[in-house]
Amino acid sequence: MNRRHAIKWLTGSAAGVAAAPIIAAPGATEPAPPAYPTRFTFHDPDFSKPMTGPWERLLTEPELTTTKALADIILPKDEHGPAASEIGVHDFINEWISAPYPDQREDCEVIRGGLAWVNTESFRRHEKTFAELTHHQQIAIVDDIATVTPKPEHAIGAAFFKAFRHLCVGGYYTHSSTWKQLGYVGNVSLAGPYPGVPQEIIEKLGLQDVA
Amino acid sequence: MPILTDRKTKPQYDVIVVGSGAGGGMAAMILALNGVKVLMVEAGRNYDAVTETPMFHTPQMAPLRGHATPDRPFGHYDANIGGWQVPGEPYTNKPGTEGDFWWWRARMLGGRTNHWGRISLRFGEFDFKPKSRDGLGVDWPMTYADMAPWYDRVEQLIGVYGENCGVTNAPDSSPGVLLPTPKPRLGELMAKKAGKKLGVPVVGARRAVLSAPLDWQRLPKVLFPNNPKAQEIIGKDMMTRSPCFWATHCVRGCSIRANFQSTTVLLPPALATGNLDIITDAMVREVMMDASGKATGVHYIDKKTRRDMAVKARVVIVAGGACETARILLNSKSRDQAGLANSSGQVGKNLMDSVGTSLGSHIPAMEDLPPFNEDGAGGLHVYSPWWLANNHAKLNFPRGYHIEMGGGRQMPEVKTFAYLNSTSPGLYGSKLKEEARRYYGASFSFAGRGEMVPNKDCYCELDPKVVDQWGIPVLRFHWKWSDHEINQATHMQNTFAEMLEGMGGKAKPLHGRDAIKRPGEIIHEVGPARMGDKADNSVTNQYCQTWDVQNLFLMDGSVLPSNPDKNPTLTILALAWRSCEWLMEEMKRGNV
Repeated sequence: MNRRHAIKWLTGSAAGVAAAPIIAAPGATEPAPPAYPTRFTFHDPDFSKPMTGPWERLLTEPELTTTKALADIILPKDEHGPAASEIGVHDFINEWISAPYPDQREDCEVIRGGLAWVNTESFRRHEKTFAELTHHQQIAIVDDIATVTPKPEHAIGAAFFKAFRHLCVGGYYTHSSTWKQLGYVGNVSLAGPYPGVPQEIIEKLGLQDVA
Repeated sequence: MPILTDRKTKPQYDVIVVGSGAGGGMAAMILALNGVKVLMVEAGRNYDAVTETPMFHTPQMAPLRGHATPDRPFGHYDANIGGWQVPGEPYTNKPGTEGDFWWWRARMLGGRTNHWGRISLRFGEFDFKPKSRDGLGVDWPMTYADMAPWYDRVEQLIGVYGENCGVTNAPDSSPGVLLPTPKPRLGELMAKKAGKKLGVPVVGARRAVLSAPLDWQRLPKVLFPNNPKAQEIIGKDMMTRSPCFWATHCVRGCSIRANFQSTTVLLPPALATGNLDIITDAMVREVMMDASGKATGVHYIDKKTRRDMAVKARVVIVAGGACETARILLNSKSRDQAGLANSSGQVGKNLMDSVGTSLGSHIPAMEDLPPFNEDGAGGLHVYSPWWLANNHAKLNFPRGYHIEMGGGRQMPEVKTFAYLNSTSPGLYGSKLKEEARRYYGASFSFAGRGEMVPNKDCYCELDPKVVDQWGIPVLRFHWKWSDHEINQATHMQNTFAEMLEGMGGKAKPLHGRDAIKRPGEIIHEVGPARMGDKADNSVTNQYCQTWDVQNLFLMDGSVLPSNPDKNPTLTILALAWRSCEWLMEEMKRGNV
């Protein structure tokens, strides 16, 4: 993780108030952002219709099959909501890692290599692709790479899992069908003054003196 | 909504306004309401916020779920055509600069007013006399008392919510001017509580958002006495602006016209007068002059046909955005190779941005609460005005900063869930979803916006070798922060860390050197054609009239002699209105 990423991680996206969370040190002459003279569509998008990134998708069908299988283990269908693949998380991941920007190019290397790593591991253990394994066999591999203290031979898989899970979660909860379960209840119009924080929460957190 | 005149323009206008943002929009509206025939020339395309704003659009309808990219730096739904780069319109950085300047531009009707944060703070008494207080920079050629009535007028015209907080140098508005501040969100309440212990005031923010309908029956009479036509037009327009319905972030623009943007608040009434023509996709290259030293109009490139064109008027107002305005002057060489209105040599100099840093953290007390709606006014409800204006003896930097803040239960973004990497590593399945729900909305962050002192190393000039795709020489920038800014940035970080700790979070403050945002990144660049009280060290007088050319005015951020921590848009609006009233008097007197 480079310095710029580290700082993004640290500050998260909590601040609607802060602009692009890229940090400049005086004296560190990182260049101004490059111009993309040809990308007019994306520069001035038409918001009236849904749109996906206008670039070619890199993942092949077999890679997408692996992506789906793993994404659905990370975010399965349950009482908390749909499975990842039901709301197109695999398509989002394909769009993301195929994008032409520096951050996404970095993710692409980790994700593509990692998907292949998972299949190779499946082949070594069972002579099958990951998607063809039984649930039990799949979980055994996932448990080996989901840990924060992987064995040396699983280190590549573990680094991949962390990045892959992050993209899965990002793709999953940016789909509005997951918001109710998550606890995001905005994006609806309200009449009258903004209602503010519910009284029970104000009391629970002892904020009566400032409310 | 803006119905543009087609590209047929009249042979002669009273006034040409270059640019359609805060300064240009206000100038065009005030003049048009008073019967002046105005032509507005905008470099970007036509833009209609009412039909084009992505209200309620969800991330899954956008590329990369709306995530910010170099092509869409504030995310897909940002109401900005342009950004840090405009295709075919480069800028450069001068060798030896201590940090590349990032120049944000909008190429659309309304300019940057379509996407700004709507934070509308008045400059205070001290802000107009900075040199008198600490010996640095220059004083303004007017006082707060001169400006106060214009701030009142602008706030009533555009609609600003806010609180009169009584903090030194954070001036109150006149009674009845402000709209009510919306109730704070949870994190904002917690910040208020933390601030109490630390002595950091957290008060109602001031933003150009209608928290309630405008009083369309009373206000037009107050704002435009003795002008029945203006009263009728403005009254009708105010009546049709809806108050905020507490959804959709302001950065997307606003189709119900609840917040302020030039395209929704200034241009519709200006067009309703019948006195304004607008041409878009018209990139101004230079101001044209006659032999007697008067401006005669502007020379522009029609982007659609790539033809050079000229339009004429009795007065020219340039409001292209601070650096674009400097560029136009520097490129207008018909009389002097140093550029137009530049006998002082100050055009391009004194470039300032705001000092910006941010710091956030996870707040455990905000975890696992019952869901409630925190969208609110699409921007902050509270802020901290600079609270140490009289304590500079104890600080190692001059001037000050205000604090903006945000977090909580905002619309999820791709990177919203980064905290799960540290709170819940390795988890998957239903447990991961439970963790996501538990931690969602439990982070908060602070951002500072501080005053930079102008210095000789921060400037823009023409690049001798590079032209844009229209053949117009481009700007190149040079930058160097001084210790004033770095020390201030360190102070911000320490304050934010204390505030976050006061809220129960944990954050590690950075040194200002590492925390300070890039030059230009806060998008408050101002100053490269500053006003003053003498022709030998400033470009305009206090009414934005250039000292060198009687009928040439600059009505944008370029004229600000200092850059107080208070986000420049409100002041640009007030200056434009005040200057246009003076201009019309001068026109009547036959001086212009």
